[in-house]
Amino acid sequence: MIIRILGEGQYDVADSALDRLNQLDAVVESAVGSRDEAAFAVALKELLDGVRTVGVPHPVDAIDESDVILPGPDSGLDEVAEMLAEDGLIPG
Amino acid sequence: MSLMKRMSLIFKAKANKALDRAEDPREVLDYSYQKQLEMLQQVRRGVADVATSRKRVELQINQLKQQSDKLTSQAQQAITMNREDLAREALTRKSGLTAQINDLSTQHAQLQGEEEKLTLAQQRLQAKVESFRTKKETIKATYTAAEAQTRINEAVSGIGEEMGDIGLAMQRAEDKTQEMQARAGAVDELIASGALDDLTASPNDDISRQLDALSSSSDVEAELAALKGQSAPQAISGAGAGQSEPVIDVASTEKQAEQ
Repeated sequence: MIIRILGEGQYDVADSALDRLNQLDAVVESAVGSRDEAAFAVALKELLDGVRTVGVPHPVDAIDESDVILPGPDSGLDEVAEMLAEDGLIPG
Repeated sequence: MSLMKRMSLIFKAKANKALDRAEDPREVLDYSYQKQLEMLQQVRRGVADVATSRKRVELQINQLKQQSDKLTSQAQQAITMNREDLAREALTRKSGLTAQINDLSTQHAQLQGEEEKLTLAQQRLQAKVESFRTKKETIKATYTAAEAQTRINEAVSGIGEEMGDIGLAMQRAEDKTQEMQARAGAVDELIASGALDDLTASPNDDISRQLDALSSSSDVEAELAALKGQSAPQAISGAGAGQSEPVIDVASTEKQAEQ
């Protein structure tokens, strides 16, 4: 499947790696839920590192929709919460 | 629902909305391509804006560093003349400048980071736009409604996602640049108003003036000492507190010599 890290690009990730990524994602999710900035930063970094480790960069000239999209590495908790709250992500 | 799924849904909802707008799916291709070219232009402008901002901050940092170096050498000069008070004043002013320099350096690093990210984003978009153009012509040439619809959906959703991503990156870089320009403007104003300059303003600033006065008085002492057959102007080394004492010191030295 294809995973996009915002501001960074797309990665091809084997389905077999998804269980592990889902676990990491759940930690991020709960940090967002409890508005725990420190835990969020750590969990997001682990999740993104996980994607980069198990994934390979998707060809840059390929036009394919991602299966999942993740916030970029320097996203703050507030920023992510805001992105999830409004649907103004795509201009135009 | 997981974070990954929620973010993805938000993006896809938007991309689909864009698709719904046109009646003829082939119009979607042209419309989307037009948007892509516009966005590519915007990203190029964005990169240029960030670079301009970064260069401006670099200039300011250099300017402040020069002033700071000058204060350091003034402090050294003051120490050799035994004027710790002046040296202290120079160093105090220097530490104010150092704080400014550090602050600007942090901002500079951030801007540089945004510039690199945006440059990479521009390259990604460029590659995708070129690829989209080819795909668009192929889809149009082999147009049969059902097949084309699927391929159009794929292409437009895929590029829509990329544009959404780059739109965010541009927004972020723009915010940083604006923030930086406001700060840079404030520093420019400070420099123009002389508030920073005053600290070290060329021959007329107070530290330089006092050091000049000191060095001429120490020349006098040196000559006096030479006349008296002494090798060093001892008076200066004993006059940490003020400039007018040396004469008395010389007198007291003579008294001691008599005794």
